[in-house]
Amino acid sequence: MQPETLNHLAAGPGRTFRPLWARVLRVRRETHDTWTLTLDTGGPFAFAPGQFNMLYVPGVGEVPISISGDPTSPGPLVHTLRAVGAVTRALCSLKPGDLVGVRGPFGTPWPVDRAEGLDVVIVAGGIGLAPLRPALYYLLRRREWYGKIVLLYGARSPRDLLYRRELERWRGRFDLVVEVTVDHADPSWRGHVGVVTRLIPEVSFDPWNTLALVCGPEIMMRFTAQALLDRKVPPENLYLSLERNMQCGVGLCGHCQLGPFFVCKDGPVFAYPRVAPFLGKREV
Amino acid sequence: MNAYWLSRDRLDALLEALKRRGYRVIGPVMREGLPTLAPLERARDLPWGVEARAAPGRYEVREDAPKARAFDFVLTPQGWKRLLFPPERLLFRVRRTDLGYEVTTPDPEAEPPLALFGVRPCELRAIQIHDRVLSQGPFADEAYTARRRAAFIVVVQCTRSLETCFCASVGTGPEAREGFDLALTEVTDGFVVVSGSFKGADLLQEMDLPEATEAQQREAREAVARAARSQRRRLDPQGLRDLLYGNLESPLWQEIGERCIGCGNCTMVCPTCFCTTVEDGSDLSGREAWRIQRWDSCFSVEYAYIHGGSIRRSVASRYRQWLTHKLAGWQDQFGTLGCVGCGRCIVWCPVGIDLTEEVARFREQHAAVAAQEEQP
Repeated sequence: MQPETLNHLAAGPGRTFRPLWARVLRVRRETHDTWTLTLDTGGPFAFAPGQFNMLYVPGVGEVPISISGDPTSPGPLVHTLRAVGAVTRALCSLKPGDLVGVRGPFGTPWPVDRAEGLDVVIVAGGIGLAPLRPALYYLLRRREWYGKIVLLYGARSPRDLLYRRELERWRGRFDLVVEVTVDHADPSWRGHVGVVTRLIPEVSFDPWNTLALVCGPEIMMRFTAQALLDRKVPPENLYLSLERNMQCGVGLCGHCQLGPFFVCKDGPVFAYPRVAPFLGKREV
Repeated sequence: MNAYWLSRDRLDALLEALKRRGYRVIGPVMREGLPTLAPLERARDLPWGVEARAAPGRYEVREDAPKARAFDFVLTPQGWKRLLFPPERLLFRVRRTDLGYEVTTPDPEAEPPLALFGVRPCELRAIQIHDRVLSQGPFADEAYTARRRAAFIVVVQCTRSLETCFCASVGTGPEAREGFDLALTEVTDGFVVVSGSFKGADLLQEMDLPEATEAQQREAREAVARAARSQRRRLDPQGLRDLLYGNLESPLWQEIGERCIGCGNCTMVCPTCFCTTVEDGSDLSGREAWRIQRWDSCFSVEYAYIHGGSIRRSVASRYRQWLTHKLAGWQDQFGTLGCVGCGRCIVWCPVGIDLTEEVARFREQHAAVAAQEEQP
């Protein structure tokens, strides 16, 4: 039975919490702890860059995972995730042909429609590159609409780098600046060493006419935001994607709150001035 | 609005009329010495002659009050939340078949509709707040919505306040003016009744009650006004949102955190708290799995867990989350305070933390800081 015939079962009561089923097409190991799943949802899966799905493994649980595929070419659903807990480990050990529950897409997108005519600076830390990749696909698809496009990517070590071949391809383009740094180098590494924020003063872009998209650990985002503001990127042009505990994805379970926001439905992508009063305050 | 007269001996006729319409009637009855919300069969099962006394960390029941009154207990320890929004429920069941997974979801429409008999005005407001949270956002809790839509609500206006009540100051009581199907006010010898919906009016018509006299209506009005006047606790909603957001780093949180034991009682008895968590289960064969939703509390350490640890490790930060959400965040999210002034969180706090006092302390501290800043 194909997923679309399975999915008629999803109509009826309790839709909000009920997943649709997708079939695993491919499982690709990205790094020692990170995998990319390609899923067939029975048709093109429309989403906006920056949105996430709730992925469900029966008997194990459900977790929010950002969508990391190409929003401009309708095709199967792509998720890159790190195996860090029971559910993500179960998801990463799925095999082609297995079924996985999907609810979504949820959340606010990266404001790529605001980028026209501007330089775009994308700053990613670790797995934070996964939710930013759809934004980059989107921008590259309409490359002539934007000024400079800069991708700054920091990972813990060379073996933690995601999408390595794709990064190399992007670095080979004349219309894209890609800088990669690692916190801890290994003997083979000849690139930047240090936190990703250190790259911000080095690269060339027009700060006043820049849209910045940032995703990574919260502390990295705070320092990145500061570095971008120091370069005079207007705060309202600075966007962050936040992470909180999410159990429903639709603003009902309460867990993901940050001040007045439900990160799942008011975010995860926020303009910096909206969340600045709450970031950096301890345990908010 | 026409007011009718329901003598005590016609209460049973009202319960019968509700049952005839297919409702499962829930109301206050005595269970293990406490007024408790449970199926209400007959009017004589109501807590006649029961008076409750409440104070921070204390709730006592006296059963020697005049037997002529059924609603002087004011508030049951547990409110109505558990009826429309159960503490535990099955979200769905998944069965592995040769073809894939088959999902079955309980259908709330299959349950008999509820008649909630004896909802207090603050509790009615709490239900209306849950409507906004659970039914009126971009995504709805369909089970709640179905149960709520089918329910019949009989409010009993408050003619007595507990020491911990502060509904008058937040404008949610002691009188409900809309949102009910019927509203009763208990006076000498019986109840003044008004309807607040077509369903309610229809039922009153069927019961063919006499109109309440002017004297009966006056007694009802005065009793409610007396209940409002008797309240000593206050929570002033004015400027509350900015007060709390503006003091996220106040040392007072730390001080409260030293008294608060993080038990989460306040969130369990709060009629508006709505947070839930999900528990996954499966049978040993792995053929069947299920998801169960349970009430959760922002006081649990796991509540704000993300990979790497909990965001709110200190009790102080969890109390801050609860109070700022209740009194500030709620206003941004749902256009209303999350507090209805029922005072249950005060009563059921094992260490007697009183949010009205804590808010007053924030106001004092804020005023003191402002005064200091004004000095040259």
